[in-house]
Amino acid sequence: MRNPQLNANGELAHLLTLEGLPREIIVRILDTAESFLGVTEREVKKVPLLRGMSVFNVFFENSTRTRTTFEIAAKRLSADVINLNVSTSSTTKGETLLDTVDNLAAMHADMFVVRHSQSGAAHMIARHVGPERHVINAGDGRHAHPTQGLLDAYTIRHYKKDFSALTVAIVGDILHSRVARSLIHVLNILGTPEVRVIAPQTLLPAGVESLGVRVFPDMRRGLAGADVVVMLRLQNERMGGPLLPSAQEFFKYYGLTPEKLALAKPDAIVMHPGPMNRGIEIDSAVADGPHSVILPQVTFGIAVRMAVMSILGGA
Amino acid sequence: MQLPDAEALCAELVKKLRPAVTPATGMVGIHTGGAWLAERLHRELGLALPLGRLDISFYRDDYRKSGLHKSVKASQIPFDVGDRRLLLVDDVLYTGRTIRAAMNELFDYGRPESIALVALIDRGERQLPICPQYCGATLAVPKGKMLRLDRNDAGRLSLRLDDA
Repeated sequence: MRNPQLNANGELAHLLTLEGLPREIIVRILDTAESFLGVTEREVKKVPLLRGMSVFNVFFENSTRTRTTFEIAAKRLSADVINLNVSTSSTTKGETLLDTVDNLAAMHADMFVVRHSQSGAAHMIARHVGPERHVINAGDGRHAHPTQGLLDAYTIRHYKKDFSALTVAIVGDILHSRVARSLIHVLNILGTPEVRVIAPQTLLPAGVESLGVRVFPDMRRGLAGADVVVMLRLQNERMGGPLLPSAQEFFKYYGLTPEKLALAKPDAIVMHPGPMNRGIEIDSAVADGPHSVILPQVTFGIAVRMAVMSILGGA
Repeated sequence: MQLPDAEALCAELVKKLRPAVTPATGMVGIHTGGAWLAERLHRELGLALPLGRLDISFYRDDYRKSGLHKSVKASQIPFDVGDRRLLLVDDVLYTGRTIRAAMNELFDYGRPESIALVALIDRGERQLPICPQYCGATLAVPKGKMLRLDRNDAGRLSLRLDDA
């Protein structure tokens, strides 16, 4: 079966997941993003590519930050942007979701940026709207967050140039993290020799090794010699539940402190998808320290989203 | 068909441009051939400001039809465009669409005092009201053929005719 993200000409028509994407498509997105970076330094911080096109940000799950970065990206491409926060309660049934999409399509939406708490929602919408309109998955359940994975890959490439000799350690709640899943896929596609996940057993998905990662329950051993350390956000709602005793205990074993970071390579970079919980997964001294590239990630994220939108919009 | 010698045309352009340039002149070449030509002209004329380079992929008028160009390079204009006299350099001038895109992009950097167009070859067949102020030669090229500039490892420029 054809990859549902590609059109009949093999071009990227939707971005739903990084899993199974050809390497050249990913490299093209990263290269294109590099060309968009300079646009924000000019007098007019816009290019006319998506002029006359409408991008609908449809967020069934709240996320101001991600929505804003997509909004900025679309506006810098001269698209018209419409933001919709759709309450999840009225759309738990698939039928209602597609009705919503049909209504938006009738308003001449050219592109949908979709966030949904259920895995597969973006796939379903993409199948429904066909290849003429474009769907970008901005996070679906525990499944995927492909633009985050791409911006993480972009950040790593920016600082480390080449993936072929890198050790990347991903730390924290892997179980619930679509960010981790997308990052693992893109790192594998780009040929990263060692991807490690560092987490307590309770926060690891079953069979995580099959994704091509090494598991380290001990953070100190996992960080040893790492070039890149990616901290994941610990969602507050998980705290105190059966998987996690307390924030203090989590920080003790899996929080990134300067002392633990010293075990990684001296030039290691520290990343975080945001928003950060200081003192839970990351110490302020690290978050604000010389190894942190957390704010550049945000800047790169806009360029990466511009790249994805401009490639989809032309397909 | 017999193609003119790009090196000779280049020398011709340098001669024509020499009286027109000042220390404040800004030069911008269009990727890829135009940037090669601009590098050469920039050096020969000894221009004071660093050379600018444009990749017009984000400004093309056929984006909806053909999509985003496969390999986009970053545009770089390392000087202030506002109130400046600019020389915009391309290798082969044809429909004029590339030049329109380049001018649109330049204006997003600022409002230049003027833009003069420099082309190595003008092959005619314009589709837009654009004409070069400095031109190496005019040459009629059969439709369906693509005339392009090459640069070898030694930096020598030459013209090549391809099937489009």
